[in-house]
Amino acid sequence: MNTIVALQPAWLREGAASFLARYEGLRARLPGDTAVREAGAAAFRARGLPGVRDEAWHYTSLRPLAETRFAEPLTAIAACDRLMARLPAIDAPRLVFVDGRYRDDLSVVPGAVAVRVGGPAYGSLAQPERDNMVALNTMLTGDGAAIEVAAGADGGTLLLVSLGSGGTAERPIAFHPRHALHLGRAARLALIEVAIGEGVYLHNPVLEATLEEGAVLTHLRLQDESRAAFHLATLYADIAAGASYDGFTLAVGARLGRLEVHARLAGRGAAAHVNAAQLLGGRQHGDVTSVITHDAPACISRQTVKNVLSGHARGVFQGRIAVARDAQKTDGYQMNQALLLSPDAEVDSKPELQIHADDVKCSHGATVGELDAEQLFYLRSRGIAATDARAMLVRAFLGGALEPIAHEAGRRALEAAIDQWWESEAA
Amino acid sequence: MLEIRGLTATVDGREILHGIDLDVPAGEVHAIMGPNGSGKSTLAHVLAGRDGYEVTGGRVGFGGRDLLALAPEERAAAGLFLAFQYPVELPGVGNANFLRTALNAVRRARGESELDAVQFLKLARAEAKRLSMPEDMLKRNVNVGFSGGEKKRNEVLQMAILRPRLAILDETDSGLDIDALRIVADGVNALRGPQTSALVITHYQRLLDHIVPDRVHVLAHGRIVRSGGAELARQLELEGYAGMAADAA
Amino acid sequence: MSHAADPAGTVEAVTRTPYKWGFATEIETELAPKGLNPDIIRLISARKEEPAWLLDWRLAAFTAWQAMAEPHWAHVHHPPIDYQDLHYYAAPKRRAGPARLEDVDPELLATYEKLGIPLRERAILAGVEPAAGEAAPVAVDAVFDSVSVATTFRATLAKAGVIFCPISDAVREHPDLVRKYLGSVVPQGDNFYAALNSAVFTDGSFVYVPPGVRCPMELSTYFRINARNTGQFERTLIIADAGSHVSYLEGCTAPQRDENQLHAAVVELVALDDAQIKYSTVQNWYPGDAEGRGGIYNFVTKRGACRGARSRISWTQVETGSAITWKYPSCILAGDDSVGEFYSVAVTTNRQQADTGTKMIHIGRNTRSTIVSKGISAGRSDNTYRGLVRIMPKAAGARNHTQCDSLLIGDRCGAHTVPYIESRNPTAKVEHEATTSKIADDQLFYCRQRGLSEEDAVNLIVNGFCKEVLKELPMEFAVEAQKLLAVSLEGSVG
Repeated sequence: MNTIVALQPAWLREGAASFLARYEGLRARLPGDTAVREAGAAAFRARGLPGVRDEAWHYTSLRPLAETRFAEPLTAIAACDRLMARLPAIDAPRLVFVDGRYRDDLSVVPGAVAVRVGGPAYGSLAQPERDNMVALNTMLTGDGAAIEVAAGADGGTLLLVSLGSGGTAERPIAFHPRHALHLGRAARLALIEVAIGEGVYLHNPVLEATLEEGAVLTHLRLQDESRAAFHLATLYADIAAGASYDGFTLAVGARLGRLEVHARLAGRGAAAHVNAAQLLGGRQHGDVTSVITHDAPACISRQTVKNVLSGHARGVFQGRIAVARDAQKTDGYQMNQALLLSPDAEVDSKPELQIHADDVKCSHGATVGELDAEQLFYLRSRGIAATDARAMLVRAFLGGALEPIAHEAGRRALEAAIDQWWESEAA
Repeated sequence: MLEIRGLTATVDGREILHGIDLDVPAGEVHAIMGPNGSGKSTLAHVLAGRDGYEVTGGRVGFGGRDLLALAPEERAAAGLFLAFQYPVELPGVGNANFLRTALNAVRRARGESELDAVQFLKLARAEAKRLSMPEDMLKRNVNVGFSGGEKKRNEVLQMAILRPRLAILDETDSGLDIDALRIVADGVNALRGPQTSALVITHYQRLLDHIVPDRVHVLAHGRIVRSGGAELARQLELEGYAGMAADAA
Repeated sequence: MSHAADPAGTVEAVTRTPYKWGFATEIETELAPKGLNPDIIRLISARKEEPAWLLDWRLAAFTAWQAMAEPHWAHVHHPPIDYQDLHYYAAPKRRAGPARLEDVDPELLATYEKLGIPLRERAILAGVEPAAGEAAPVAVDAVFDSVSVATTFRATLAKAGVIFCPISDAVREHPDLVRKYLGSVVPQGDNFYAALNSAVFTDGSFVYVPPGVRCPMELSTYFRINARNTGQFERTLIIADAGSHVSYLEGCTAPQRDENQLHAAVVELVALDDAQIKYSTVQNWYPGDAEGRGGIYNFVTKRGACRGARSRISWTQVETGSAITWKYPSCILAGDDSVGEFYSVAVTTNRQQADTGTKMIHIGRNTRSTIVSKGISAGRSDNTYRGLVRIMPKAAGARNHTQCDSLLIGDRCGAHTVPYIESRNPTAKVEHEATTSKIADDQLFYCRQRGLSEEDAVNLIVNGFCKEVLKELPMEFAVEAQKLLAVSLEGSVG
């Protein structure tokens, strides 16, 4: 056994072993490139599930996940009307995956974008040997979408939907979709990912996005999974010269959620906006972890991550901006703000700058606090009820992060999700 | 309208108000003057229901209701308005949205119908114009990036729109130039009527040249040490507070 | 030299200046055999005539240490240290008990004189006030390798009730105080190097300031590593009783040697109700040569406990030396309304590596902390700020403000900022800000246009960059620190 795994607590090792056992049972039937899959399995065998002694997982314990035994999703065609009704009203083609499998009957195939489904869409960016959850995904993935926008084309808006429907407390299921996205030179796309569901499941998607020179990707994500689900998503984005990745993720769901982003600014003048907001209550745990690597000169990165935490929720932010030696004239900015709405909520924040070039402008900031008592009183003294005043200030807190989203329908969908979260919180 | 009897209050465990008795009948404007640290702002905050100001004794009636039993927003709905000495900034909250929310909350409490966005904007624009305020103030975030004078004018605008029964002005005149002072005074005077009252808290006589009070009270060491007509303010301007503060000691 | 502003070049030139404190002192030294085992610990304890409880305490620490793994950090790299290849005790051979300054080996007095640390009490002994412009007297405890060789002004301090002496003397003379507080802030098993220190610590300073006393002068300890292949493991314990006040300074140098030397100190501070401790460090251990040969490994655990209500502990450090620095002077803010402060300047050049910062643990209500960190990287060095701010559930109303700024000189160095912020109380407010920049060409040009040399311009800008921290140092140290900054960066630009 590898030394990393050998030092881990038994429950973590056993959790990893159960995934490996599942792989041994399924390997003959799994689709796609066997060599890639085998490499993923080898990496997972060596690394296992991450523990809190792993610096990248310091604040997020996978214990509840490691102690759950997941089964394969059943192939029965579930009726998904209830879940489909929850999709945001955005008039655009959509690719719908139910429990990790593509569903032709629920999808509306796009015209301007080439899509291939039926097996994992492995890309070349993800690094299973460095990232445990990517290794797990590579090993067990069954399906995914390869999305291609040709050079110069405008792909419009595309929805990528994951519905979790077949898992129960008695029989939790796990699915690991593997998607790839390629934007040719100067191509454009607005990709809106929505993950919703009911019941108990692990959704462990990996998306690898390659943006060629001058391409523009707007990437909005709404994570509104079942409150009993695990959502561990990893995104790799490679952004070529002059290309722009513009991402915003809103997480309100899952008992344990993590959004991991690896964005690499690979060519001169590339830009990345890696923004996110988490609204968590009850005993939810949400983690936003990102590594933005400036590998080329004169690139811009911007990151604003906001946490709103109530109940016993715990919100984690770990963000690193890494600037390579040659990445002169880098302009990097990172801000993490957390609002604690209850005495039992907890926030952990680790914004990190790692700089190896001298001609750079990099800064970051973090603030943690509660709603401002003075502001609250001011609103109430004007006749606004306490709950409304709180809602108003929370929206104002999030407003700054949402405002820059240019995709009108997408932003409205995220705002609606925030309103809904607030209503359920207030109820 | 406002009846204060034997009001005592503490801040951080220290008693600041040692027993205030005060009546402000409907239709009257009263001024409270006093040196720094006399408890003027404490009185304003206690009346508005600010956390951290603990009432330890006495009672306050407002239009026949027990004011101290009400939450801050209920006091506002009942018609009490406090123009703050230091209006807080609300980043991300638009002025118009804020004002409409407040107005509709107050209107609901009064049993009036809510205003839609169009009706509200019409009203707000008219009031802003009357107060010589640039219209874009409605589009900006509440008090964010406002100058001191703009903040005070924004308080007066809110007062004009919410139409309170009792307006408490907490040193609204401090730091204002003469034009801004006149605008504030005009705002208060426009509100005057048989059913509305005002309590003007100030350190200086200056504001009272523009808002002529029916009564003037001198607050020192947490007590009202002297009350009189408008002439008392001018007397204070000439003689200072020293003599009166000594009366209380 | 070109007329274009070239900070990288100027810094290049600054680092060519040799380390000025690199001479060795030829003095007869008593060395314990190399290696670490219970017998060596017994030998150290016997040499210092320690009571049995302290020997047991050391042995327990050794047992804990054996079970621990050496830490490895992301931005810190060094060849493995062979802990069995070091001397754990080195002492200048004494003449019969140097109780008085006059009895100290003249060679040692000369060494300290050369380092600019006069071990004399002239001004005070002669009963004259220091002349205008002359620095006020400072009491000094001089630690040479493993032992304290002299402590000045002990009598003057005793009159005020202040105890200032080598910790080995305190073990004998004030056993109750030592036993009560030793290890109460940094337990034996706290971390790998603290455990090692607890097992083998040799000397260091002990300070006790009784209730209500404002210590009449600055206290200081001057550490010097001289012997080859030794480690220095000093232990400092400072207790400020209720309502007392003390300011303590620490300076460090070492001879220029090709091999790496290990310095693993532990400093414990205890502040009771309303007490204030100001602890300042100017660390200038030998940093190694331009290629990274030699230099001190400076692995230090410094921690202060604000036990009492309204107590205050303030750490100020100027770190220019050592091949590797690993230290996080911390504050445990347990008392309500207590205050922790950390002001740091860390300069790395050549192949130096510094991983330094602080931990502010807010436990009591309305506790406040301030962190100001200024990192300057030049050459091929790596400079990391790593800091933890933790707000515990009961720390209602806690406040932290952190400001971290990094300045890069040249494109071969690294500057890293790694804050950890953990809050479990909604009424707490934590703010962190960090920036990274270089000396701007237009700043340099502006200075040069006004007639400054490029090197002076860099010094001016660096000093300005560090000002917030330098102003926290006691007067006489601030001047020293500014000079040290200039010397450390000499040759880095040009």
